[in-house]
Amino acid sequence: MRYQATAPSLLPEASAAPAELPTGTLKQQLRRAERRNRVKAFLLVLPLLLFVGITFVGPLAEMLHRSVYNPLVADSLPHTIEALDDWDRRQLPGEAAYRALAEELASLHQNRQLAKLASRLNAEQSGMRSLMTKSGRRLARLDPPIDAKAALLKIDRRWAELKYWAAINNLGSRYTLSNYLAALDMRYDAQGDIVAQPENRQIYQSLFAKTLGMSLLITLLCLLLGYPLAHLLATLPERRSNLLMILVLLPFWTSLLVRTSAWIVLLQTEGVINDLLVGLGLIDQRVQMVHNMAGTLIAMTHILLPFMVLPLYSVMKSISPSYMRAARSLGARPGYAFVRVYMPQTLPGVGAGALLTFILSIGFYITPALVGGQSGQMISNFIAYHMQTSLNWGLASALGGLLLAAVLLLYYLYNRLVGINNLKVG
Amino acid sequence: MSKAEPAPGRQLTSYVSFQNVQKTYDGDNLVVKNFNLDIAPGEFVTMLGPSGSGKTTCLMMLAGFETATHGEIYVDGTPVNHLAPHKRDIGMVFQNYALFPHMTIAENLAFPLKVRKLSNAEIEQRVKRALEMIELPQLAGRRPGQLSGGQQQRVALARALVFEPKLVLMDEPLGALDKQLREQMQYEIKHLHERLGVTVLYVTHDQTEALTMSDRIAVFNEGVVQQLATPTELYEQPANAFVAQFIGENNKLPGQVSRLDGSRCQVRVGNALVEALPVNVAAAGEQTTLSIRPERVQLNPVEGQCDNCFDARVLEMIYHGDHLRTRVQLMDQDQFIIKVPNAAQRLAIAEGDRVRVGWHSRDCRALDAMSA
Repeated sequence: MRYQATAPSLLPEASAAPAELPTGTLKQQLRRAERRNRVKAFLLVLPLLLFVGITFVGPLAEMLHRSVYNPLVADSLPHTIEALDDWDRRQLPGEAAYRALAEELASLHQNRQLAKLASRLNAEQSGMRSLMTKSGRRLARLDPPIDAKAALLKIDRRWAELKYWAAINNLGSRYTLSNYLAALDMRYDAQGDIVAQPENRQIYQSLFAKTLGMSLLITLLCLLLGYPLAHLLATLPERRSNLLMILVLLPFWTSLLVRTSAWIVLLQTEGVINDLLVGLGLIDQRVQMVHNMAGTLIAMTHILLPFMVLPLYSVMKSISPSYMRAARSLGARPGYAFVRVYMPQTLPGVGAGALLTFILSIGFYITPALVGGQSGQMISNFIAYHMQTSLNWGLASALGGLLLAAVLLLYYLYNRLVGINNLKVG
Repeated sequence: MSKAEPAPGRQLTSYVSFQNVQKTYDGDNLVVKNFNLDIAPGEFVTMLGPSGSGKTTCLMMLAGFETATHGEIYVDGTPVNHLAPHKRDIGMVFQNYALFPHMTIAENLAFPLKVRKLSNAEIEQRVKRALEMIELPQLAGRRPGQLSGGQQQRVALARALVFEPKLVLMDEPLGALDKQLREQMQYEIKHLHERLGVTVLYVTHDQTEALTMSDRIAVFNEGVVQQLATPTELYEQPANAFVAQFIGENNKLPGQVSRLDGSRCQVRVGNALVEALPVNVAAAGEQTTLSIRPERVQLNPVEGQCDNCFDARVLEMIYHGDHLRTRVQLMDQDQFIIKVPNAAQRLAIAEGDRVRVGWHSRDCRALDAMSA
């Protein structure tokens, strides 16, 4: 402005031109000018978007859908479900329901589709498998009975119990939360209310607690071990810190399986460490260090350490040594200066490293599976069990969905407390 | 802030004393070679030199962040070589201010007081006073990142002074500021120093800064103090060719001493004979560099006004507002600069003109022969 005042004749066009344009034209011009670049940028990331969509977003959505989508019972016993529609759950259902069930059980048995249904119902109410298969087998042999209720009760007295009917009814709708309830050790009772599972069938709540507890402990161990290391890396002269950095990254270049197996060799009862301790006379009894929780803790801490060290290192590297010097010159003892001046500045790195380590460890699978034994199993091992062995994919999906929710919740809390913009990973 | 007692024996007592201090980082090369410096209480001393000349190393040794490999440093008569930095009670202003980014301005200022375990009331009062001193009381609750460079600079200064140290070190504190702000801060620091009476050791590579603020300046080059003198002395009477070249603008003419008698000498430059003031020459026949300030050279001098008068040709004239920077060819040198004041009676000269240039022999100093 001052320049224009002294030399108004120099820039008349430049200052007048934008004012003459109608509003909005400038934005259009900008859009037009940027369009080419935007299209180019989009085309460049398109393969990645497709890849992520097909291999990540799609399966994730499918899994979350599966955790609430439950078509098996509704498809197999459509008439029974229909007949149970106005059932009040207080007394046994009417004759119509018995008749529909008897017909559908017989036809399912003949089509050899009863086993699948029976095992699904068994997951909801124990005893259902035998009840269903037995009834189906018998009914298929009979002619269609005149009195379906009497026939069914004759085959098995359990058909006079409310809870078996309730199980069918509970799973009758295509969309249900029963998988999530099961994953939280809860279920629908005969009245359709949500109640806790009997104590001997409760496993998932304590498993979640154990998984979170162990992840927390692993994160803490990584922080305790990684913080001094990262500080050393950030303060050493370039050449030596590069060498150390390679040592930190070396585990990254080795197969996870190999590293975990190496821990087994080291830690097992007849392993190197036990041999050494016994040889030195430090212990008489060999210590069980692997195939239990200790093994999982040790091996996972080792495997996840770089994920803690790298964000810490990158943050520490950017902290000028003059802060510590300033604190010292202002009269602070080295320890005080470190705690009050240096450590608060490393918090973004601590947050990033801890979040990364924690999230990785709550979903860790291979290591607990190999060195965890009985007590060292984590939630992901049970997800794998339900995916591969029990074939209860709905429950596996629900467990996975809860895990995802836990991670998102953590992320949200972190954002509220620290601010995600303070996260520095690299 | 503490008022320094009037220093009657200012020349005799020294508050800071470097004695034969040497420093090497690699065991092969000395970064600081035999450094000696005595600073009187309340004095403002600047260490000036190009980067890598060892000036910052000297400052860091005084602050305690580097150890002298030889020699001894005294503060107030006490040797400090083995004293930890936090026990030295020396205020320090860093190049990039080093304000703690996670603390507010008030917390930054309170830090040295908290460390000294002062009462909360006392801390609050002193922080308030410090903020008033730098005229930024409204910024107490802000964080350093929200302040402009100049404001951060002032806070850094206040933080180094708030615990009332007797000695304050400044390591190129104005390096990151723009030119105008830098000049303003120079005066502010100078006035603050005069008001508080603290001893200041200042490091810079900017000669204007050094000339503006200092009581005395130590010019560093290659780990050696080239000259330690007041700003006037440094500019008017540079002791050697490096100082003449480093401080202010300077015309240098390489030559050979042809005659030397007491306070005058004659130097042969090319085919010409120049009358000069011998400073760094011992005998006739020596190589020398003549040093003449551009503003001491006159264009077309009145006859008899100068005892050196030569023919020259104008090569270039650059308009600088208050003066015309005129480059002339003289004695086969084409980098000879003359500053012609932009006075009312402007000289009617143009590029390519032949002119007479002249200067007085006392303004022409015969210094050591420069290697470069």
